[in-house]
Amino acid sequence: MPDANSLYGPLDPAPDAGWADAPPRMGFFTDTSVCIGCKACEVACKEWNDVPASGLDLLGMSYDNTGALTANSWRHVAFIEQPRPAGHRTPPFAGNPTDGPVSAAAAAVAAGTGNDTGTDPGVPPGDPAAAARMAAGPEFLGMPGAQPPGRGTGAAERTDFRWLMMSNVCKHCTHAACLDVCPTGALFRTEFGTVVVQEDICNGCGYCISACPYGVIDQRKGDGRAWKCTLCYDRLGAGQTPACAQACPTESIMYGELDELRERAAARVATLHERGVPEARLYGHDPDDGVGGDGAFFLLLDEPEVYGLPPDPVVTTRDLPRMWRRAGLAALTMAAAAVAAFVGGSS
Amino acid sequence: MSPQRPPVGDRFRHFLSALGGATTPAGDPAVPQVAAPAGVPPTTEQRRGGGRRGGGEPLNVPPAEFTSYYGRPILKPPVWKWDIAAYLFTGGTSAGSALLAAGGQLTGRPALRRAGRVAGLAAIGASTFFLIHDLGRPDRFHHMLRVARPTSPMSMGTWILGVFGPAIGAAAVAEAAPLLPARGVLGLGRRLLPPVGHAAGLVAAVTAPALATYTAVLLADTAVPSWHEAYPELPAVFGGSALASGAGVGLLAAPTRQAGPARRMAVAGAAMELWGSHRIEHRLGLLSEPYRNGTPGRLLTAGRLLTAAGVAGALVGRRSRLLSGLSGVALLAASLATRFGIFHGGVASARDPKYTVVPQRERVRRREASHSEGES
Repeated sequence: MPDANSLYGPLDPAPDAGWADAPPRMGFFTDTSVCIGCKACEVACKEWNDVPASGLDLLGMSYDNTGALTANSWRHVAFIEQPRPAGHRTPPFAGNPTDGPVSAAAAAVAAGTGNDTGTDPGVPPGDPAAAARMAAGPEFLGMPGAQPPGRGTGAAERTDFRWLMMSNVCKHCTHAACLDVCPTGALFRTEFGTVVVQEDICNGCGYCISACPYGVIDQRKGDGRAWKCTLCYDRLGAGQTPACAQACPTESIMYGELDELRERAAARVATLHERGVPEARLYGHDPDDGVGGDGAFFLLLDEPEVYGLPPDPVVTTRDLPRMWRRAGLAALTMAAAAVAAFVGGSS
Repeated sequence: MSPQRPPVGDRFRHFLSALGGATTPAGDPAVPQVAAPAGVPPTTEQRRGGGRRGGGEPLNVPPAEFTSYYGRPILKPPVWKWDIAAYLFTGGTSAGSALLAAGGQLTGRPALRRAGRVAGLAAIGASTFFLIHDLGRPDRFHHMLRVARPTSPMSMGTWILGVFGPAIGAAAVAEAAPLLPARGVLGLGRRLLPPVGHAAGLVAAVTAPALATYTAVLLADTAVPSWHEAYPELPAVFGGSALASGAGVGLLAAPTRQAGPARRMAVAGAAMELWGSHRIEHRLGLLSEPYRNGTPGRLLTAGRLLTAAGVAGALVGRRSRLLSGLSGVALLAASLATRFGIFHGGVASARDPKYTVVPQRERVRRREASHSEGES
């Protein structure tokens, strides 16, 4: 008997998928406030999972030359450069540049770059204006002038700079649309509550790619199949920590039982608020959100969309019963119209 | 390193040149300004129409000021190629043709029956090709038969096709009975085929409405914003389009005195389709935009005009074989254009982060507003 919340709402996914005596649900808590952008997670993931190369070129997106999560990049470290008002934080030195930041202009141009990731759709180009707003930060300071930093304005206009870094990954949703729509059963729910693609089953229909509200899963060119983070299912089975969390030197990526991680995250946010970082917030931690909570959730320092995350994702299958009903209604209308067309007249 | 490989940093050099002097040490007055975010005009569209019926989320259109990581899409746009749009058309045409054939079979209109069955088989054959061709691993198409899963419209569609395809195929093969000799083993076939075809034709007709409308759920059950939010109306558009294209087959192939039901089917189908597509193009606020602009907008407009022309021709050209045939072609072309328009409209909505971020932000804002109201 499926749970009443099988399609939407708080749920423990592994027992719902039929696992008897499932172990506790495992997941990631990625605390971006301590991420240093070393990309050890990206490298460790590629090494352990034997993920192919994903292009070797510079994107102009700060230090991010990966671009996005793709079939060939299962961890992706995002880099965002934002100006901040100098305020009480580190004041710029006398010799420092004092003009408006170039980060917005640079981000706008970087929106158009690309890399041959060997996947489809890979890293598609973006909207320059939205990119500029991302780099402008929470306090938008106007567009930069054509001049290089350090000219044109006085010390009053000096700004500081902050660097947001965040290691993105598959969210292993409680309600995983990719899994729900998979027509072959290639995607399945593990006993740890994670979502994994079976490479020997997937036939590359591409449905999961359109269904994912986070734009995580992607198709590998030439190979044709869909690939994404497995939360190192093989390592989990052996009681080990996933490769990325193991490699993370600052423990920005924390792996463990989801319930425990959620407690740890709440405590961390409280600490940060206390220390004067009011912008710290959790993302994907809430079992009452649109996807029933993420197995991999985050602590962010700006709005989710700045990091390329949807602000309020909802699993598409929430509306599926209504969709089928509307389709049934249309099918009956069709049948009635066809009957009427043949009964309704003689000519 | 292989000599064919482009040198590392090619794109970055290109990027630098696009960035112009913004990174060069000396201020260059000739440096072009990069797109200013302040220059983005807010969208001032309002939701039209009165009450909302049939579900879906009402989306007021806030100004299109939004942020995204380097402006990149948040969703992965569908990897489905044109095959899937073409399948939407051929699958619908096959379903419409099967209904036409069954009607012809039951009311003694052999021309409609024959045309419907043969066109139905041809279209479902093409559909199967398109569906398998679009797979990343076509040799694994049979993996679709491993499971039957109501949460996957594609899985449900596979099984609907699995019933419909053989049925319409058997019905079409039965049309060859008169060609067989009267005696011998083949003569037995000549006597047995018509009743088998009769039963198979009815099975196909019963499955046909499901085949024509499940594809709407297939598109709506995705994160693609303009497909998902259109879920209340998409089945009507696809069902109506299927009826109209089936009617088109009838008008094209049957003599005018047998084509009466096809004319009425064309009117009913066009009414369903036009109602649905009008709602989709106006009810969804910001998410209607992709269906009105660019190529999808042109395709949907063409579809509407061709539908109107086809229905008008079908009604006026009661006695003209030529006019009936032409309106049949117009109806088929209309269905083709509508399917491609809906398909590409959705793809466009997934490619632009605006359609992901702005409605979700609006939802958050509304929720927070109702929360604070509840608390005070």
